[in-house]
Amino acid sequence: MSVSATWYLTLAAVLFTIGAVGLLVRRNVLVMFMCVELMLNAANLTFVTFARRLNDIAGQTAVFFVLVVAAAEVVVGLGIIVSIYRRRPGATADDLHGLKG
Amino acid sequence: MKLLAVLTIVTPHVNYVAILPELILIGGALLLLVSGQLVFAKIPTAFYSIGSGAIAAAALVASLVIWHDVQARGPFTTIADSVAVDGFAIVFLVLVSCILILASAIANDFLVREGIDGPEYHVLALLAGSGAMLMAAANDLILIFVALEIMSIPLYILAGMDSRRRESGEAAIKYFVLGAFSSAIFVYGIALVYGATGSTNLPQIASYLNTNIITSNGVLLAGLGLLLVGFGFKVSAVPFHMWTPDVYQGAPTPATGFMTALAKAGGFAALLRVFFSTFGVLRTDWQPLLWAIAIVTLLLGAILGLVQRDVKRMLAYSSINHAGFILVGLAAATSQGISGSVYYVFVYAILVLGSFAVITLVGGKGDENHDLDAYRGLGRRQPVLAFAFALLLLGQTGIPLTTGFLAKLYVITAAVRAHSYALAVIAMLSAAIAAAFYLRLVFLMYGVKLPVGSGGDEGALSLPVTGEPDDGLDPTGSVPTGVNIGRVVVPVPTAVAIFVTVAVTVVFGIWPGPLVDFVHAAHFLF
Amino acid sequence: MLRVAFLIPLLPLAGFVILLLSGRKLGNPLAGWLATIMVAASFVVTVVVFAGLFRLPAGGRSYTQNWFTWISAGHLHVNMGLLVDPLSMTMAAFVTGVSALIHLYSIGYMEHDEDFPKFFLYLNLFVAAMLLLVLANNFLLLFLGWEGVGVCSYFLIGFWFERDTASSAAKKAMIFNRIGDAAFLVALFLIYERTGSLDYHTVFSHLGSVGEPSLVAMGVLLFAGAVGKSAQIPLYPWLADAMEGPTPVSALIHAATMVTAGVYLMCRINPILYRAPDAAHVIAIIGAVTALLGATIACAQNDIKKILAYSTISQLGYMFLAAGIGAYDAAIFLMLTHAFYKALLFLGAGSVIHAMNDDQDVKTMGALARLMPITAVTFFIGWLSIGGLPVFSGFWSKGDVLLNGYGFSPALWVVGALTAVLTAYYLGRAYLLVFRGQQRWVEARKPGDRAGLKPHDPSWVMSVPLIVLGALSAVGGLINLPIHPDLDFLDRWLSPVFASRLFQHHWGLGGVWTFALIDAALALLGVALAVALWGHASERPAFEPVVLQRAWYIDWAYDRFIARPSTEVAIETSSVVEAKGIDGAVNGFAWLVRSTARHLRKVQTGYVRNYALGLAGGLVLVLAYVLTRAS
Repeated sequence: MSVSATWYLTLAAVLFTIGAVGLLVRRNVLVMFMCVELMLNAANLTFVTFARRLNDIAGQTAVFFVLVVAAAEVVVGLGIIVSIYRRRPGATADDLHGLKG
Repeated sequence: MKLLAVLTIVTPHVNYVAILPELILIGGALLLLVSGQLVFAKIPTAFYSIGSGAIAAAALVASLVIWHDVQARGPFTTIADSVAVDGFAIVFLVLVSCILILASAIANDFLVREGIDGPEYHVLALLAGSGAMLMAAANDLILIFVALEIMSIPLYILAGMDSRRRESGEAAIKYFVLGAFSSAIFVYGIALVYGATGSTNLPQIASYLNTNIITSNGVLLAGLGLLLVGFGFKVSAVPFHMWTPDVYQGAPTPATGFMTALAKAGGFAALLRVFFSTFGVLRTDWQPLLWAIAIVTLLLGAILGLVQRDVKRMLAYSSINHAGFILVGLAAATSQGISGSVYYVFVYAILVLGSFAVITLVGGKGDENHDLDAYRGLGRRQPVLAFAFALLLLGQTGIPLTTGFLAKLYVITAAVRAHSYALAVIAMLSAAIAAAFYLRLVFLMYGVKLPVGSGGDEGALSLPVTGEPDDGLDPTGSVPTGVNIGRVVVPVPTAVAIFVTVAVTVVFGIWPGPLVDFVHAAHFLF
Repeated sequence: MLRVAFLIPLLPLAGFVILLLSGRKLGNPLAGWLATIMVAASFVVTVVVFAGLFRLPAGGRSYTQNWFTWISAGHLHVNMGLLVDPLSMTMAAFVTGVSALIHLYSIGYMEHDEDFPKFFLYLNLFVAAMLLLVLANNFLLLFLGWEGVGVCSYFLIGFWFERDTASSAAKKAMIFNRIGDAAFLVALFLIYERTGSLDYHTVFSHLGSVGEPSLVAMGVLLFAGAVGKSAQIPLYPWLADAMEGPTPVSALIHAATMVTAGVYLMCRINPILYRAPDAAHVIAIIGAVTALLGATIACAQNDIKKILAYSTISQLGYMFLAAGIGAYDAAIFLMLTHAFYKALLFLGAGSVIHAMNDDQDVKTMGALARLMPITAVTFFIGWLSIGGLPVFSGFWSKGDVLLNGYGFSPALWVVGALTAVLTAYYLGRAYLLVFRGQQRWVEARKPGDRAGLKPHDPSWVMSVPLIVLGALSAVGGLINLPIHPDLDFLDRWLSPVFASRLFQHHWGLGGVWTFALIDAALALLGVALAVALWGHASERPAFEPVVLQRAWYIDWAYDRFIARPSTEVAIETSSVVEAKGIDGAVNGFAWLVRSTARHLRKVQTGYVRNYALGLAGGLVLVLAYVLTRAS
């Protein structure tokens, strides 16, 4: 069975949207961050699909770069999140609104 | 054996000299990081600062060497066309090096004052600097993305560096979450552009767009829009700006100054290259978009700056206003406009570094003395410092005989030449509104009693912004409690850095030739 | 040797900077000596450059020294650079020389002033600006110097700003000059628009392609600028008021150097005037009328400095007369000799004023010759020079102007000759009232005013400049003797710059001698009149009608018909239009902006998800827009 590339692209778009909406509605910083990962992977899927359709290796290598960057973001992000949580256990994103206006 | 022969991987030729500044910064950062572990004695902060300054200076020298090279032999690309070495990139290499040198001097005094040991601050700054340089030189969307992250991730950490102030942590989280969000959008944009054009290499995309008439360009334009969102976030264009005031206010002050200068430099370098040079063919599609974004950015930055009491937050909105001005140059979409934008970025980076250096000093121990009241009467207490700050603020206002004036003049002239009269008028209007909050700070420092407006009560300001009592901005009143107006300590390195920024602002404001010529050399390779 | 030219304006500027930074510390008299040495050093450098220029062949005596590109915007490129040619070096030499002498004199004159260092600070800045003006190689740099001398003049007229008269005189000078400067600026725009450059060489070489109406406009507008700076009709009244400044300032700025900048400008633009004879005629006529007007007013003044001020206006009129008829070398010649004798007269007046305890009324002086011999003798030389008695410098220079004037139009000659008689007369009157007759100052007008007054010659720092200037006034004519074709050094020196003369007249030796004799007779007539009328009397109302004392009521008319109505309009505007209209609009706009901000800032809630929503909203808008563009 062959699945048309359009389906993959649609799936990626749906994943991207789910990630974006998730980021908007969730309160937990970790979950918000996972939503960003979902969006990045949606982009990866798009890259691979296009690479396949264009018969071009570059799109697939791009995925590796994105993965590496995502990993780096995770490391730093978790570090920042932990440093906050150490001061305020159980804090959600909404608890951080001291800076406004 | 046969199999191995087939598997021989042809690695691209790497011209190491062409990426020497970036290599120096990254290598230097790593060296600085391990140097602390190699000796048992505690290394003083000053060592790291001097080291960081020296590394940045070496990068500056390397940038100038490449500059010489490019002047002699013309621009070129390296590493499989993914890095462009052209006048445009080099202007930003030089700018970033200068930012790093000044920032390491300013940060040193802050780190000593706050007792933050270790090389981390400088290491992160250098790494972020290498990212900004790569953004300017990147010739491939993937490399731009990687460079963007190399620049951004250290900035997230720098924003949260000051573990004792909870605002710092809050700033870091906000910056990080929103930054990651925008990065994801950016990457998706790259993927779509790749799908539509078959390449991520900028010149290849450009030549594809030039040679092919795309019948269905929805994916391409959507990708371009997503790229714009990603860049817009980095340079704080409205409506992608909302992190800016919070992060500026929360981050440690020297880091704020550094991040403003660097993110604007890196972000605009890549934005200008991608939109003007690569997607120039599509300018009729993106120009109205930039036009609208420039207008709201100009106005919102100027208007919201008026009602801020926290100086860092005020300058955050001011930086949004400045971003609008730089976008005006791009929205003109002429080479004159691009020159104007590049000049503006250069000038603004220097101005903002100096301004935040003064704010760092006034902030005092604990980095919390940022209320407008802290500046009341500064002109009497410390005339030299106040005068320097006043000049920097006037430069940001765009008073003639400063570089800020020429910068505004160039972008507005470009807009007029491109017949965007409305944009030019709004830009000037926003400058007038923004002038109100810069000048308010200047007046506050010099204790100028502003004339009493008709119908206003005695002592209230007739100056537009400050009339209402709840602003608490009556300069004739007494100093509220909780605001420290003690003598500001001015350490020598910061004093030198401030002097340099003021000197650049004034000297090149009066004698613009050299700087303008230098920036005019910022030609794109393609 | 020409390479050191950059030092000429730089040395006084360095003096200014040093005084600015540490003038107070140097104090009195060190600050004065520093300033004097800087200007003297500048004079030495000028002489060196002058000599270097002199050694070049006559055709090649032009050297441009570019420092750096000052402005580069679009097609406009302006260099910061100096033009060393015979004209600019002649100017530089006399500016630095006379300035050095007056600086020296000021050390004594300002001895007791509290703001001693500040005075020299302004003086040095003035000299630097004046040198920039004469040495500039383009119009914009000239304008920079032009404004620089203007602002120094403003500061120095108002040096004793505690006096109301001084500060209002300073303002008056500023405003009158501003009118001229506005015309100057318009001229610069026009020049740039028509020739695409502001550089002298480029502009002058492009004049061929410029229409005559534009050339006339350029000439007239630049002349209007010169009218302001050089106090010609109708912008002259400020110069008389400018006498509120310290006397050395009057000598240096308002007699010898700054006010001659306008004449220099006219000489500099001789290629423009050559192609715009109509503009040149305007210059000549205004110059002639001003010369006569100034001289008539000077006849009836009692304030010694006012006499000299109106005399300066009159002499400047002569110079414009010469420049207007194309006798540029005569104008420069007169400017040089005038600098000598007018500076001398002012400095002499200053020393008299010092001796009289700051009284300036000639009617209350008298018989000072025996008590102040040096001052008296030098003032006497000054009188004979300006009066044009034979062999004194003024005889040659004024003779040159009158000779050329006759060649152009006998009417101009008549006006000039009448002025010459008056000139010899009014300074004779001043000399006789001050130095001869009775010691009227003994009877004090106000009791106690002059108690124990013992007039005496000033100290050597003030006497030396008097003597040097006296000598120069006496023999200064030697630089340009018309009596033999080999003796007109100045004419030949300047001829490369003034190649394009509008009118050229060659008189035989006989003609020159005839005119010289007539000139001498005119001067003697003036002197005789003065001696006959004022040798033994101190009051002669018939010869001092009120209309002349009040300077033809012109100042009054300015005040009545321009200044006061304008003030009333201004007051009205500020109370009605400004307060209600403009302030109202500004405040209204401010209120609008601020209330917008109050609402807008509520959007910035501090919640991350709201920010993310903003970002996402922006994203949706962007995508919505691009999809409308998509095909």
